[in-house]
Amino acid sequence: MKWTIRWRWRWRRQKKLNRSLPVDMVLFLFLAGAGVFMAVPFVFMISTALKPLDELFLFPPTFFVRSPTMDNFYDLILIFSNTWVPLSRYMFNTIFVALTGTVGHVILASMAAYPLAKLKLPGGNILFTIVVLSLMFASQVTAIPNYLTITWLGLLDSYWALIFPAFATSLGLFLMKQFMEQIPDALIEAAKIDGASEFRIFRSIVMPMVKPAWLTLIIFSFKGLWGTGSGGQGASFVYSEQLKTMDYVFSQILSGGFYRSGPMAAAALIMMIVPVLIFVLTQSSVIQTMSTSGLKE
Amino acid sequence: MSLSNQGLQEIATNPELHRLGGPDKGRAAQLFREMKMKRQGYMLLAPYFILFFIFTAFPVLMALGLSFTNFNILEPPSFIGWENYANLFIKDDVFLIALKNTLLFAVVTGPLSYIACFFLAWLINELPPRIRSVITLLFYAPSISGNVYLIWQVAFSGDSFGYVNAFLMKWGFILEPIQWLQDPKYMLFIIMIVQLWLSLGTAFLAFIAGLQGMDMSLIEAGAIDGIRNRWQELWFITLPSLRPMLMFGAVMQITSSFAVADVATNMVGFPSPQYAGHTIVTHLNDYGSIRFEMGYASAIATVLFAIMLGSNLIVQKLLKKVGD
Repeated sequence: MKWTIRWRWRWRRQKKLNRSLPVDMVLFLFLAGAGVFMAVPFVFMISTALKPLDELFLFPPTFFVRSPTMDNFYDLILIFSNTWVPLSRYMFNTIFVALTGTVGHVILASMAAYPLAKLKLPGGNILFTIVVLSLMFASQVTAIPNYLTITWLGLLDSYWALIFPAFATSLGLFLMKQFMEQIPDALIEAAKIDGASEFRIFRSIVMPMVKPAWLTLIIFSFKGLWGTGSGGQGASFVYSEQLKTMDYVFSQILSGGFYRSGPMAAAALIMMIVPVLIFVLTQSSVIQTMSTSGLKE
Repeated sequence: MSLSNQGLQEIATNPELHRLGGPDKGRAAQLFREMKMKRQGYMLLAPYFILFFIFTAFPVLMALGLSFTNFNILEPPSFIGWENYANLFIKDDVFLIALKNTLLFAVVTGPLSYIACFFLAWLINELPPRIRSVITLLFYAPSISGNVYLIWQVAFSGDSFGYVNAFLMKWGFILEPIQWLQDPKYMLFIIMIVQLWLSLGTAFLAFIAGLQGMDMSLIEAGAIDGIRNRWQELWFITLPSLRPMLMFGAVMQITSSFAVADVATNMVGFPSPQYAGHTIVTHLNDYGSIRFEMGYASAIATVLFAIMLGSNLIVQKLLKKVGD
């Protein structure tokens, strides 16, 4: 396995099929420019989070922090120590909802995507079209019907009110189906001749082949659930304070306006850390799988 | 349990099953046999679709139905036919402003962000693996970061503390601070910048994953068949073999560029001065969560849905031409 990676890498470096140096240079300058545009607000955010109060209101404002301090983070902890539900409970809620929702969605959506992509089921196309269409309907108006169904099912004010709808989002099925379409039919036929059940084929052939896809889906789903509380539907399905998520609490506490821009930057920084970690973990394995398994006939 | 679910699923998925006893008996029987043969497939998709119909499809259908009613949440909805739609286009001037803004917005940010997503993903794919994940993170970070984009608000802040104003004043371009977020002239433009900054999201990562799963032997084969430079390779090999991801990305980018609302509301406030930052979805939020006219809000959502659907059909047609 290691050998393949090294071989492929060297091949790319040595031969560089269809590439020329001048165009390479121009393209990478462009890439660098775009990178700066993307990064500037982050540098700004990090430096704001580290700024002491007097620097926050300096004129002319400075871009970089001069004497970095952790004051904003202490302020944040101070603000939080006044809430009657401990911060750790909010943290647990967020992590639990995000993890369960992500795992369930990835598994269920992939399971449903395989027959739609490869088995040519009667009615399959209709189902798939409905899923894609539902992506285009504004979620603001489905909130009320959703609230009604959740009430009927007795799920109101529980974790499941956040988790079950997350299982059924359209995005995952659409993504997984698009990727599974690229798997050669011959592979699946071969497994069928060897007597494998559909579930077996799904588990041991299809899923390993679309690993980049579901690793990416983990990021999407986790990211979506991590920020689920603020303004989204979640806030209205769960009203017990001890079931609310971090994101919701942050947005409540930090809607204090400009004078809280320091703690706000600190909070934003903290909220980012976990999705970024998930991203780094999954993305590095996306890159590894890519080198070992091409979708080949 | 699983048996009954499966039966339900079959009926739900196949309208033709209802005609079992009809004149088409032979075809129906054949279809039924095919479905029986592939029952494992239906079992795989059943759990997802049961939840999907309860939590996603049903609410959408109900909202579609509500768009023909007058519904204020407290009283039961009363049927009023097409009145909501008629009011929307004839009486509601603000909706027309919102429609204009949204279209303008989508026409600029939609294609730009879609092309940027693909182009940047394609460039990143050329980099060595280690650097690649760092750069991917850098580009994806804005969409992972919740409401970090509020930092733009500080940057464009209307007083002289705002970074843009402060620097422009320092360098002598302007003497007075510009009210970036209050002046209708600049509002839409600033929302566009922020939205573009946020737009390297779902589609971008899907493209990256797609490019990484690409069959490298296709490119080698292409080189033998006379492909001479990277642009030909892009057009004749990379793009066609990524078609499913391109379709996916198109749907995602269209949905996000038509549905812009949070950025607008958080950046320029609601309602924005002279409605310059008013979009279809902010209009919808106004009726849905402030005035509680759910019937009217549902009608707005349906119109938005129709617009998205239309642009999707056009884009899908264009995508079929890729690589010809």
